[in-house]
Amino acid sequence: MHGDDWNEEVEIAAGIATGLSRREFLQLAGTGLFIFFAIDPMTAVQEPSRLPARPSYPTDFNAYLRIGRDGRVTCFVGKVELGQGSKTALAQLLADELDVAFDSVDMVMGDTDLCPWDMGTFGSLTIRQFGPVLRGAAAEARAVLLQMSADYLHLPTTEDLRVKDGVVTWAQDAHKSVSYAKLVEGKRIERHLEKVPVKPVSAFTVIGKAQRRKDALDMVTGKARYAADMTPPGTLHAHILRPPAHGATLKELDTTAAEKVPGVRVIRDGEMIAALHERPDIADRALGLIRARFEPAQSGEDDKTIFDHLLKTAPPLQMVDEKGSVAEGERLATRVVEETYLNSYVAHAPMETHSAVATIEGGRLTVWASTQTPFPLRQQLAQAVGFAPENVRVITPYVGGGFGGKSASRQATEAARLAKIIGKPVQVVWDRAEEFFYDTFRPAAVVKIRAGLNDAGKLLLWDYRVYCAGDRGSRQFYDIPHQRTQSSGGWGGDPGPHPFAVGPWRAPGVNTNTFARESHIDTLASKLGRDPLEFRLSHLTDPRWRRVLLAATGQFGWKPVPAPSGRGVGLACATDVGTYVAAVAEVAVNKTTGNVEVKRVVCAQDQGLTVNPDGSRQQMEGGITMGLGYALAEELRFKDGAVLDRNFDTYPIPRFSWLPRIETILIENPETPASGCGEPPVTTMGAVVANAIFDATGARLLQLPMTPARLKAALP
Amino acid sequence: MRRSISFNLNGKPVRLTDDDDRMLLWVLRYDLGLTGTKFGCGAALCGCCTVIVDEEAVRSCVTPLKEVAGKHVLTIEGLSREGHLHPIQEAFLNHHAFQCGYCTPGMIVNAYAFLLKKAHPTREEILRHMDDNLCRCGSHTRIVDAILEAAGSTKGAT
Repeated sequence: MHGDDWNEEVEIAAGIATGLSRREFLQLAGTGLFIFFAIDPMTAVQEPSRLPARPSYPTDFNAYLRIGRDGRVTCFVGKVELGQGSKTALAQLLADELDVAFDSVDMVMGDTDLCPWDMGTFGSLTIRQFGPVLRGAAAEARAVLLQMSADYLHLPTTEDLRVKDGVVTWAQDAHKSVSYAKLVEGKRIERHLEKVPVKPVSAFTVIGKAQRRKDALDMVTGKARYAADMTPPGTLHAHILRPPAHGATLKELDTTAAEKVPGVRVIRDGEMIAALHERPDIADRALGLIRARFEPAQSGEDDKTIFDHLLKTAPPLQMVDEKGSVAEGERLATRVVEETYLNSYVAHAPMETHSAVATIEGGRLTVWASTQTPFPLRQQLAQAVGFAPENVRVITPYVGGGFGGKSASRQATEAARLAKIIGKPVQVVWDRAEEFFYDTFRPAAVVKIRAGLNDAGKLLLWDYRVYCAGDRGSRQFYDIPHQRTQSSGGWGGDPGPHPFAVGPWRAPGVNTNTFARESHIDTLASKLGRDPLEFRLSHLTDPRWRRVLLAATGQFGWKPVPAPSGRGVGLACATDVGTYVAAVAEVAVNKTTGNVEVKRVVCAQDQGLTVNPDGSRQQMEGGITMGLGYALAEELRFKDGAVLDRNFDTYPIPRFSWLPRIETILIENPETPASGCGEPPVTTMGAVVANAIFDATGARLLQLPMTPARLKAALP
Repeated sequence: MRRSISFNLNGKPVRLTDDDDRMLLWVLRYDLGLTGTKFGCGAALCGCCTVIVDEEAVRSCVTPLKEVAGKHVLTIEGLSREGHLHPIQEAFLNHHAFQCGYCTPGMIVNAYAFLLKKAHPTREEILRHMDDNLCRCGSHTRIVDAILEAAGSTKGAT
């Protein structure tokens, strides 16, 4: 289900029904209880014939909220909290539309028994796409509650009724007042209304203001519970035998020694061999006693040969976008600049490894899982253990980081299969080597660009081909009359030419495409002897670009000088999930060691309406910091299907000592619907650092990560 | 070796009979139910499992039980007293110095041990001391700010 196309920018307004109208459906169903209509990007971007039968968000607002007798409001959402702050931002949306106190909202997230269906937490969709659904539900509930208040207070209309903190008061007489809690008395609200508008921006009281995170106290006290913190009575911990390489096959197996460890059970289920014990470290020790001989995979690729391999085996190029005529551009260009950009496989490496606990009671499977996709996982589990989906419950506690890597949840299936066989709760917590081995990596990729200028310095030809990264972020946004963008392969589904699974990695495709595009734009500006900012602005027409670029460069104190100037200052911009982002970086390069120190990053982001400014800044700071990794150091080493990086000693991720001074700017644009926030800020980091290195040294790095060795090799 | 081991855990005496080569992390999490201390790498490379043993920050994933016999062990659960957050927890909370929260207990107890030794560290010293505690979400900048604030508040100076 992870096709590239769902990340297309689509405007989906809550309440737009496709297919049957609500009334038709009501007549058909004969009950007002549950009505479904499609408010789902898949339906908007796919042809009807390709649409699988799939659920969608319920239209009954009771699915999203319940008002308790004590006045507390419980909000149910299928999204999960991965650290991105959705628990807080979604509570803000609900509190504002319903007119209840932010502190009175309790969030229940990612529980397939309690929460309305959701496809998963990815694609920066929580606020931009699910947000309107939740706001619409809360607005309708508020309107219904106002009607109920009018009835209760014996008023002819709801006019002159005011709501604050869940208490409805008649403006003409403050004694005429009733609380939501009193009206509802803990019951489901049966009345519904159609086409209730959401609040205008001017009426917001909670949205747009920084709020204390709902999870803050849990986080600082160690009370936050993650999947591995769940141990139902009798839990056995499983450690599973892994092949030394992808593609290796088991030839010999001897589990005798492991089985002699007191309390250990060894289970073989098809290809899965597991040692189980009530203590995880003893299960792990027993696993170490299993003797297994694997036949190695056929000799394959490694991290150096992979790029040629990808170019040779990539599927045919598909047209992404075309304007004018490339042939005409070639004819008009007086100067052509051609280059190839590479990036390696990158791991998600969340601090919490994939974890799950499965228990079967009364014919029902319950799984606590670190997952970004509880509802798709329910289907996957049902299939794995042969249960009906309604007899499977996935509970998502706090998730210790995902970044796309926990869209795949193999560990949960392993726990469920073992729990079914052994008849006891089973916990599976991957160790760090398993986390690296089974990661769905950001794909290695190749980008080829051919760009042409005329004598006036106008960019008029852009011929862009991306292999294996995916087309998200590949569309050209600079004003170029003759252009063509083509893409081959991507990160979804079948690994294709890749030696192991690849998948979505925070802004999938966009990091690769932005690195290539923004590096190339900088190269063109440099060849013309023009300032990188001025060159960009001269090829951009959308005023949002000007605003975001001028905000970032203004705060940075950008001085218009052509690169390389020796200062070590770089600029890059990108658009993703509807958001515009511009970043300026300052670096210091040690030409002897090849080390790069990123000293300062200023990042400006226009994401339309901002729900929680502090939460958004956290995402920006996080994206910038995380992005230093793929820019400077992160690349997976592998050979013949074996993943050679197994822990943080050889796979470096950003650390405190790398930390630049980070400044974030949120562009005020509240009348534009909220676009994505979690992914865009990471996207410019490869290019902005590359451009700053070029400005410092004149070395143009064409491959990510920009390691000391690659930098030294590129020095002029 | 299987033997009886006593130590003090978050102010309370603990006595258990177990293989003294077992790593403290597993005993804390799965024998004693203190799940605030996290597994991240199993090789003292990430700091998620950091706890305090006699005022020193140690990695519980590589600390065998025998090394804590007779000592004082402090985990994230033992940091708040009588319902009051420790000033470092308070500072992490005020700065939102976390995202997913998984590395947070290790960050907080490592910072706690650091401030015991160095009451008023500079920003540079904080970066150096915290360098082996990893965070994938990128909360570093806020963590540094939180530690700076806590250093001010614990000693009443900035």
